[in-house]
Amino acid sequence: MNDPRTIGLTERKLKIVGTRPLRPDGVDKVTGRAKFGADLHVANMLIGKVLRSPHAHARIRSIDVSKAQALPGVKAVITSADLCDLPSEFIPAGEMMVNYRDMTRNVMAREKALYEGHAVAAVAATNEETAAQALKLIQVDYEVLPHVLDVAKAMEPDAPLLHEEMYTIGVEPKPAKPSNIAKRVEFALGDVAAGFAQADVVVEHEFTTVPVHQGYIEPHACLATVSEDGQAELWCTTQGQFIVRSFCAKLLGMELSKLRVTASEIGGGFGGKTVVYLEPLALALSRKSGHPVKMVMSRQEVFQASGPTSGAKIWVKIGASRAGRITAGEAVLKYQAGAFQGSPVQPGCMCAFAPYDLENVKVVGFDVVVNRPKVAAYRAPGGPIAEFAVESVIDEIAKRLGLDPIELRLKNAAKEGTKAAYGPKFGPIGLVQTLEAARSHANYRVPLKANQGRGVASGFWFNIGGDTCATLNLTEDGTVTLVAGTPDIGGSRASLAMMAAEELGIELEKVRPIIGDTSALGYNFLTGGSRVTFSSGMAVVEAARDMVRQLRERAAKIWEIPLDDVVWEDGCARALGSRSSEIKPLSLADIAKTAGKTGGPIVGNAAINAQGAGPSLATHVVDVEVDPETGKVTILRYLAVQDAGKAVHPSYVEGQMQGGAVQGIGWALNEEYIYDENGRLQNPGFLDYRIPVCSDVPMIDTVIVEVPNPRHPYGVRGVGETPIVPPMAAIANAVESAIGIRFTELPMSPPRVLAAIDAKLASQSKTAA
Amino acid sequence: MRSSRARARRRRDHLARVVLSGTLQQLAGGASELEVEARDVRQLLRALGQRFPELAPHLDSGYAIAIDGEIFQDAWFAPIGPDSEVHLVPAIRGG
Repeated sequence: MNDPRTIGLTERKLKIVGTRPLRPDGVDKVTGRAKFGADLHVANMLIGKVLRSPHAHARIRSIDVSKAQALPGVKAVITSADLCDLPSEFIPAGEMMVNYRDMTRNVMAREKALYEGHAVAAVAATNEETAAQALKLIQVDYEVLPHVLDVAKAMEPDAPLLHEEMYTIGVEPKPAKPSNIAKRVEFALGDVAAGFAQADVVVEHEFTTVPVHQGYIEPHACLATVSEDGQAELWCTTQGQFIVRSFCAKLLGMELSKLRVTASEIGGGFGGKTVVYLEPLALALSRKSGHPVKMVMSRQEVFQASGPTSGAKIWVKIGASRAGRITAGEAVLKYQAGAFQGSPVQPGCMCAFAPYDLENVKVVGFDVVVNRPKVAAYRAPGGPIAEFAVESVIDEIAKRLGLDPIELRLKNAAKEGTKAAYGPKFGPIGLVQTLEAARSHANYRVPLKANQGRGVASGFWFNIGGDTCATLNLTEDGTVTLVAGTPDIGGSRASLAMMAAEELGIELEKVRPIIGDTSALGYNFLTGGSRVTFSSGMAVVEAARDMVRQLRERAAKIWEIPLDDVVWEDGCARALGSRSSEIKPLSLADIAKTAGKTGGPIVGNAAINAQGAGPSLATHVVDVEVDPETGKVTILRYLAVQDAGKAVHPSYVEGQMQGGAVQGIGWALNEEYIYDENGRLQNPGFLDYRIPVCSDVPMIDTVIVEVPNPRHPYGVRGVGETPIVPPMAAIANAVESAIGIRFTELPMSPPRVLAAIDAKLASQSKTAA
Repeated sequence: MRSSRARARRRRDHLARVVLSGTLQQLAGGASELEVEARDVRQLLRALGQRFPELAPHLDSGYAIAIDGEIFQDAWFAPIGPDSEVHLVPAIRGG
């Protein structure tokens, strides 16, 4: 492969990359032909269902499944005894470090049920009604225990303990007693005390965010078939068929090669489909019953037992000079992990001050277990929570100093060569460009009326690369099938096909992209970390160059000239040198036609561990209007500006920016889990857990900034996660501008906003009296 | 003068400047910056594990290596040049 560093990003004239062709999966999606997780049906299929704990915290004394097993139509009943128990250790699964002891207990409770909705048993029956009836016949003897849902309460010494064997990692001396605090992490740079001493203005606040669900429309669903000889097939909606294979094989004690996993079309994931819930249960039920087993979560189950991201308590303190230079930043982040350790507090700590060039920073984080579902990744995991707090305080600093909020950010913006608060120096990044583009956008100059306000916030996300394979098969007629191993959530089939066509010099329509199953390709890490257009794109480009090399070799053989005298241009092999005028170029189709005679099929392959992912930064500007009578916040205008490195398909990039902004609007204004005093979720459905709908949001305006990532052949950066980082702070800052109230707690729902307005009015009249 | 001499020595002896902070710094007995002879990531991890046994179990559990600003994740043979600045940072996964 050519070193991407050597490829001029600006000199190349691109024909396809950077254009906006129709999506290759569009027709199937609009005609209903696309097959999602629940769309597969096979002969003799059983329906699997899960019995879930009604208690937030309870010891399981015993489970009696005999009556359920005896019910006609029931073919299998499983409990945790049907899955492997595994030791507590973090071991690699692909590129993830996984504690399988926790995973096996999360998919099926063992000693204790740790949240309402925690799976305790599952059945497979000939139809849904029988399966539901069988669940009612399973007798579980629970000893109900005190529970804790709040992160601060869970950290108290006398809090109900979820895991008797968990001792806090990262504190010295090592604790003598177990606690709900799984881990303490710390990042520091410079001397914060000295930095605060230099400050002319210091602002500090405490913030609270609540857990929010990823809100994917398609629920978890799968269909598993295990044959008598132990070979198995699994169809499921997932962000990574290879990690599903790793997880399930481990939990069921299978060899990896015996399990073939196919990713269905996916109706949203946002990080929430990077874990397994139903998949190992369906495999265990199929293994026990000898039938295929299909399982689909209800929306209630999705809310009770999957995702969400953490709720958190955050304290932030920032100092700045009169001239607008930040002299120090400090934060303490306490993140809920749900029932098992592993909140995204570490990346939260790293993101908190990442957009800024600071000499003195200290961030401490705590990973805390509570009696809620185990958190799953959610777009830029950990980042939005931390940056909501930091960007809110930055806004207040700007107000105290009388500076425009974009101006303050420009004075402190990280750029190439800036030492990140978490250690290394940044390569080329585009925060300054996003700030300048936001400032010059027409939205930034629209006059505002009473009760209207404008808010600004910036955001950062790392982006990743990782293990990736891709194959290009040249067919006999000269068209190409592209096989990638990363499920297409955000339009990657389009962007990958575009890069392949660009490299091969053929029309985009000649490339058919598909997502392969786990037997079709080598290991691929999942679709996540905004890595697919970057990593799979890099692999596709390498596979295309591998194919071009073979095409040149075939042409050289046919023409009986040296390989170095053959070039690949505009989809054809062309001869150089003295005979060039007499040799007619050979197209891809010409070479494909005789491939069998010239050496066999032509297949371009790549298997890489992609490195060099470039961070993406964004700036959002939002205008809101607050109704003082109802407390409702209306989004009037919303501008998202982001550095994409190079937008391969700009419409998809804009879609990512718009989608992230809209999810952030929901997070900021409405979304929250409501539990009763027994730890039971009261709003497990989209009627009461309110995500934004079209009528809630205006058209989200977008500006793509392109600061190329020098480590990618086309300069690509991941774009999928950064857009959800700025919205909560941008909206809180806009609300503060509109009504003069700083919200430090999410969501800013109408009752909460109205209560704050009433409290302010009461305080004003008291002062006046 | 002193720093240019140190740089020349690091180049001659193929030493990387390794920066530890936070939790890793605690596990390394408080050392925040050290010099390690290593030509690639695997050599670096091995050397750190030998020098700080408390650190060893953590090095395989989710740390990435930033070499002169570029982050390498799970890349044993990524080259480390003489006098490179190396940071150990928690590996990022994303959603």
